[in-house]
Order: sequence, then structure tokens, then C-alpha cells
Amino acid sequence: MTDLTKLSLSAARKGMEDKDFTAVELTGAYIDAIETANPKLNAYVSVTPEQALEMARASDAKLAAGNAGPLEGIPLGIKDLFATKGVHTQAASHILDGFKPEYESTVTANLWRDGAVMLGKLNMDEFAMGSSNETSYYGPVISPFRAEGSNANLVPGGSSGGSASAVAAWLCAGATATDTGGSIRQPAAFTGTVGIKPTYGRCSRWGTVAFASSLDQAGPIARTVEDAALMMTSMSGYDAKDSTSVELAVPDFAAAVERGVKGLVIGVPREYRMDGMPAEIEKLWQQGLDWLRAEGATVKDISLPHTKYALPAYYIVAPAEASSNLARYDGVKFGLRVSGKDITDMYELTRAAGFGREVKRRIMIGTYVLSAGYFDAYYVQAQKVRTLIKKDFEDAFNAGVDAILTPATPSAAFGIGDEAMAADPVKMYLNDVFTVTVNMAGLPGIAVPAGKDGQGLPLGLQLIGKPFDEETLFAAARVIERSADMDFSPKRWW
Amino acid sequence: MSVDAATVKRIGRLARIRIEESEVTAYQDELNAILGFVEQLSEVDVAGVEPMTSVTPMVLRRRDDVVTDGGYPEKIVANAPLSEDNFFMVPKVVE
Repeated sequence: MTDLTKLSLSAARKGMEDKDFTAVELTGAYIDAIETANPKLNAYVSVTPEQALEMARASDAKLAAGNAGPLEGIPLGIKDLFATKGVHTQAASHILDGFKPEYESTVTANLWRDGAVMLGKLNMDEFAMGSSNETSYYGPVISPFRAEGSNANLVPGGSSGGSASAVAAWLCAGATATDTGGSIRQPAAFTGTVGIKPTYGRCSRWGTVAFASSLDQAGPIARTVEDAALMMTSMSGYDAKDSTSVELAVPDFAAAVERGVKGLVIGVPREYRMDGMPAEIEKLWQQGLDWLRAEGATVKDISLPHTKYALPAYYIVAPAEASSNLARYDGVKFGLRVSGKDITDMYELTRAAGFGREVKRRIMIGTYVLSAGYFDAYYVQAQKVRTLIKKDFEDAFNAGVDAILTPATPSAAFGIGDEAMAADPVKMYLNDVFTVTVNMAGLPGIAVPAGKDGQGLPLGLQLIGKPFDEETLFAAARVIERSADMDFSPKRWW
Repeated sequence: MSVDAATVKRIGRLARIRIEESEVTAYQDELNAILGFVEQLSEVDVAGVEPMTSVTPMVLRRRDDVVTDGGYPEKIVANAPLSEDNFFMVPKVVE
């Protein structure tokens, strides 16, 4: 019998429709796979097999009755950042100890409405702050990929490291993820998966634990461009409960996947050619451009002059918003409480014990840049720079560019406990150098696997689109996926 | 700009995060590394540039000022570390 966990989302959906197997069988196959793999990969922080099988039985009933939803019976993993009613929701933090929300996030509610099945909650960097999934209270996620001839554990990237690892290792058919500075696209690139951060406002943020509200967006990580498009259609949509969600019709993204790139103008920003960029990344980028050209796209050199300022501006804006958002974790309303001699003592001890080091560091930076006397010099300056970053992109799009191609990351995945990154927080932050501009400008960006490095590790390319033009990104990413025509699945060692 | 030990303690106090004496130097170094990195923003000419307030051109939606939700205090306090009669319990704040 074929391994059901290896089927694409659309193949799995068709298999159930054709009665080759049931939703309960498909879910059961994933539950078994998780049981075997999770002790090694640590991708899930909470597995919900009973609930999954109950949802799968409901899907089988709907399939039999002929009123199945577009994702009926498809087993998904959910990042621990999404509120799921009655189920572990802790943003992989100790401070939300025991938190089980009384409500469901809009994004997950949309997926259940369309028939999807929840397998459990996925590990992540604490409060989505990290690029290696090593800041989780539940310990690091291990990538299913290893360098050729090596047994060393690698990071899956972050913050959606559990999502990326689980999707690549066949522990779910697709996963929800979130992206504030690159947290969908960087882990997707590290694990040979497809991840898209849609335009800001495309997905409701309601019920998603907030990190930096003006940058956070939900999106899927999946094994193919088409699978990502199918999930994106379900996850998107206007929601009155999020005042920044946009009232726009949601296209059938999957219908755009095979549209091709004929006649499109692809921009190549010269500022993304960094000093010391590895030759294999440069080569991959050129290869991607060649593939798009071969299918009828035109390539155009462009300039995004404020690119180098995106990361420093991000490290003011994001911590500032985080320091405000995370003020709610005070030991009173939910989660951990550490008693003290008075209420201030209780706050300080609770937050000292409940937050990990990276989260505390970012709250401290955010508090500092918002404090009296520094607000204008740091925060207002960063928001002005952000205006300029957005204008760079607007100028490019106004000059006729349809989408922009860049590398997704400056390198392939690195090792767990990388000493240079541990010693210098800024070195870790540089992982997001190609992705963070997109969040600062609120644009959609997709990472698609395009090649491998000298050690056989996946490398990804990123496509950046106009606001609310995710369809072009799916179409162009599909051309890269089809042209690369490589097997990006990991060799099983777990 | 860089922070000294006293500033680290003051930020910890503002953020309501207890910083132990033994942690001050490490935080000071880390914060200064990050502040050193963001320092380059000061070289950008921002004359006449408006600070961004909304990344998508939209007016923040308003809704009617009516009650649309509520009436379930037991759900609100369900996750509280300490509650009584649907109230959050905290250490005494007024003598």
C-alpha cells in the first residue's frame, strides 16, 4: 500500500473522494508517523489524536454525504501561536503555562470550516522570536535534513520551525505558520518546502498570539506550490474581528498556479547581492532567472536603495510592538504566576521566570526605544525609514515590475547550537536579511525550493509581489518548482 | 548611544522583568550590540518623510458602539492562575 503521508494535498483529497482510503485512515497514518518521529524531531509540542480521529470521522461522513469541503479530511499541523479551543496554546512559552483558550483563531476556524483535521500543535521559537527554533521553551526542533555524510543535527529555521520540520518529514499534509520578519519563508527554504507570507491584511490576526502587530501575518507551509495555494485560499478572508483585515474577495489561488509567467517582468534588486554571498546562492539566483526567462518572462535590474536599513529598522519596530503586546503576560489573567511580596514583585518574578532570554532581550530593547527621550531618535526614525522602504518597492512596481526574485536566505541550514550565532544576536538576525523587507512593506512573499548546496541541503528562492497579488507569486513559484524538477524530500534517519 | 548598568536595571523595572545583579553585564553587552547595529539608521535622510502608521493604505474601520459580545465571566477567568467568584485574584494593592 502507498504511504498515505507522502501524498500531496490534492492527491490525498482525490484519494478520499475516489474512496481509495478514508479520512480516518489518512489521519491514522499521520498519527503513527508522528508517534515514531516526534521523539527525534520535536516538531509537535502537543498531539491531539482523539480530536483528530473525531474530526476525520466527521469528514468521512461529509464525504459520504457528498457535501465535503475543499480541505475535507486533510490532516494539518497548527503552529502553537494560533488559539485552538480547549487545546494547548502557549506560543512555545513557559509564561502561558497550561493555557487552553476558550475560543478559536479565525485562521484555524476557516480551515475547520473547509473540512481540515487538526493533528496537534507545532513547536516554534518562543513568541515567534527566533530564526532557528532554538528559543522554544520545549527545546529545539530538529530538521529532517542532514548534510551528506554527517550525523549532525541541523536547525529547521524559525520561527515556524515545527511547521517546516513536520511538513518536510511527512508529519502533516500541510501546516499553518506565521511570518513577522521571515518566519515562514526562512524555515521553508531550510527544509525544501514552500511557504508564503501573504499581503498584510489578507489573513485575520484574530486569535493569533501577537508578536509585532503591524508585521505579523499567517500563511501556510506545504510540500508543493499547489498545496500552499489550496491552504492559502482557506486561511484568507475578511474578518470583522481584526480591524486590519482587508475586505477583499479571496481568489481561488490554486487556479493561478499553472498560469505561467509569459509576459511578466521580474525585477532583480542589485542591493540583494550582498558582500560575501556564497557562490552557490548567487548561482541559484541566476538559475531561477534563467528558468523564468525560458518561460517567457523578462528580467529587469532594479534598485531598492533602502534595503540595508530594513533589518535595523525591524529591530526597533518589532521589539517596540512586542514590548507592548507582551505586557499582558503578568501572572494575573492566564498562564504562569510566581508569587512575590507585592504585586510589582509578582509581575517582575513571573515575567523573569516565564519569558526566555531572547524574548526578554527583545522586550528590553522595545521598552528602551519607546522610553521617554529615545522615542523620536529610535522609533519615529525607524517608522520613517519604513516609509522609504515601502516606497522603494512602489517605485519598482510603478516602473512595470510584476514580481521580484531574490534568494530566500543567505545560506542553507546551520547546526543546532551554532556558536557564532549564540555569541552574537545580530548574526542570528542576519538570517532574515532578504525576507524582512517584505514585512516592513506589507507585501506578499513566497519561498520555493530551487536547488541544493554542496552538502545536499535545500536552498530556496523568494518571490516578492505587489500588494494582494499572491496569484502571480504562486504562478511564478510553480515555474521554478517545475523547472527545478528535484526531489526535495529528506533521507529518512529518524 | 549605549546603555550603562543603571539603564539596564531601569529598563528591567519599566518592563517589569526582574534582572538579577549577575545578569546585568550580559544584558548590557547584548543590548549595546543591538543598539550598535541599529545606529546606522541615523545616517538616512528622512527630511520630509512621514513615519509609517499603516502599511496598507486604509482607514481603520470603526464599528457601531454597541455591545456585541460578553456575558460569560466564567470563561474569562477560566485560565487565571487564581480567581474567586469570577474575579481575578491579585496580591493586595491598597493598604
